[in-house]
Amino acid sequence: MTYVAPPLAPADPKAVGSGRSGPVAWMALPALVMFVLFGVVPLVGVLLLSFTQWDGLGTIHPAGFSSWRSVLSDPGLLHALFVTFLIMFLSWAVQTPLAMLMGVFLAGRQRYRAVFAVIFFVPLLLSSAAIAITYKALLDPNFGLGPGLHLGILTQDWLGKPYLALGVVIFVVSWQFIPFHALIYQGGVMQIPASIFEAAEIDGAGTIRQFFSITLPQLKYTIITSSTLMVVGSLTFFDLIFVLTAGGPGDATRVLALDMYKRGFQANLMGPASVIAVILVLVGLGLALLLRRIGGSTTDSQLEGV
Amino acid sequence: MVTTIDQPSTRTTRHRETNNRRLRRLMHLNWFGGAAGWIWLAIVVVPLYWIVVTSFKQQSEYFTHNPFALPSAPTLDNYKLVIQSDFLRYFLNSTVVALGTTVPAVGISFMAAYAIIRGAGSRFLAGTSGLFLMGLAIPLQATVIPVYLIIIKLQLYDSLIAIILPSIAFAIPLSVLVLSNFIRDVPKELFESMRMDGADEWQMLWRLAFPLTRPALVTVAIFNGLTVWNGFLLPLILTQSPDKRTLPLALWTFQGQYSVNVPAVLASVVLTTLPILLLYAIGRRQLLSGLTAGFSK
Repeated sequence: MTYVAPPLAPADPKAVGSGRSGPVAWMALPALVMFVLFGVVPLVGVLLLSFTQWDGLGTIHPAGFSSWRSVLSDPGLLHALFVTFLIMFLSWAVQTPLAMLMGVFLAGRQRYRAVFAVIFFVPLLLSSAAIAITYKALLDPNFGLGPGLHLGILTQDWLGKPYLALGVVIFVVSWQFIPFHALIYQGGVMQIPASIFEAAEIDGAGTIRQFFSITLPQLKYTIITSSTLMVVGSLTFFDLIFVLTAGGPGDATRVLALDMYKRGFQANLMGPASVIAVILVLVGLGLALLLRRIGGSTTDSQLEGV
Repeated sequence: MVTTIDQPSTRTTRHRETNNRRLRRLMHLNWFGGAAGWIWLAIVVVPLYWIVVTSFKQQSEYFTHNPFALPSAPTLDNYKLVIQSDFLRYFLNSTVVALGTTVPAVGISFMAAYAIIRGAGSRFLAGTSGLFLMGLAIPLQATVIPVYLIIIKLQLYDSLIAIILPSIAFAIPLSVLVLSNFIRDVPKELFESMRMDGADEWQMLWRLAFPLTRPALVTVAIFNGLTVWNGFLLPLILTQSPDKRTLPLALWTFQGQYSVNVPAVLASVVLTTLPILLLYAIGRRQLLSGLTAGFSK
């Protein structure tokens, strides 16, 4: 994960004293044990399980590469990957400019901003299940808002047509997460030193020029942080899609996480489901590393000493 | 690392003048941002208003009248139906899971963060913190199948503790990261002088680091509490009996049962969100900084 923080002063080993690390080391043990037991062991376990056959109840049999073969030759995997990346990209492309704009707005000093902010952030508090249930009722072609208002354009089978359903998912994701990212951008904008703008002013740079030459480059690390969270987070849009569309219509919104759940816990094929899980982990790690590389070396140094 | 918590106050005093001038420079963009902000606010408000208004309507009125009109005969029947559907039990389950996860998770993460900062130079601790960092980059949801297996093997399937244990583990990486950034800010001289007075690390942890990092602890606790309160996947796969349901899961099953009774479904949405909205009303700033714990700086 990337950080917008200025480089942290590295801990001085002499001052802390390596000789006294013994007495404190045990304090890390409870957290370490919990994380290893329910984080690291499952991570290794999911790889092992991908080479087995298990229905979720009975005994586990080793099965070699059979799950991998069946998943990799299944066109469903390519489709799930495609839908995952499509939702990832579109929700990123919708959220980023809007969140940035609103972050700049929130960083201002308008008097009405406080009232604005109270309501603006409410979607952050709701569970994905609650949001999905609300939109499901709201968009219902028979009992929803459209028929209630007698608005033809709102009276569509929103969740019954593949492209509409995909659009609804992206809209609801944006509805839920734009406030969060606007908050991140607000923090980023507030950190830009005013002197830079003053210098640019003296040099005769206009507002638009200032935005593209100062604000945008200064927000570089904020953009990377926010994008990383959006991209890696989009891999875990499980509850929202599960409740909203259950992957449908057909498999139009069947993302990887949902594919894993359905194969594992509905079709009782834990082997293939584990293969999907391994792919999910690899995609997540790959994206995180890629975004960190784009972030450049400064980002790396900010992570040091943690 | 400074956080969002104490930023607004320092900023206003230090940068009031320059900020105003800078704002004028940003005016055009801000104008545009303001327009987008207000439009977005409408997009946020409309569904929220609709949820609340509809939850007080009779089912017959919902189908025949303007969905945005205030209820002509406000009724609490929907809320009664929701409460009669055992929502108090689900509420209690969610509370147990949220507290049972957050308190131990923040406690052990705090200890680990303290050890990682105070014991810098130790290979064991460097490895531990590296492991937690790795945990941040991995979508932990991908590990639910082995988690399910472990919970079965521990004979904990279909219990609240089954949800709590993995939730604690999933909360550790981010909590340790944020808390260690705060403990690092505690001046070393304070530790030194306490040590001179004969305090050991355990006493320094509680008497020095704990009071000085309390805002960060609250922030991290809120973030974790909210995440667990709203969690869906772990309760879905690790429990099955109705009396072990947490609120999001109960919402989902209730919606499946009463999908035609939209006002009742929306009343259940309002009821499950109410506790968080109350918290939001009490400590909005703390809650927001909790949401962006460690991200916005």
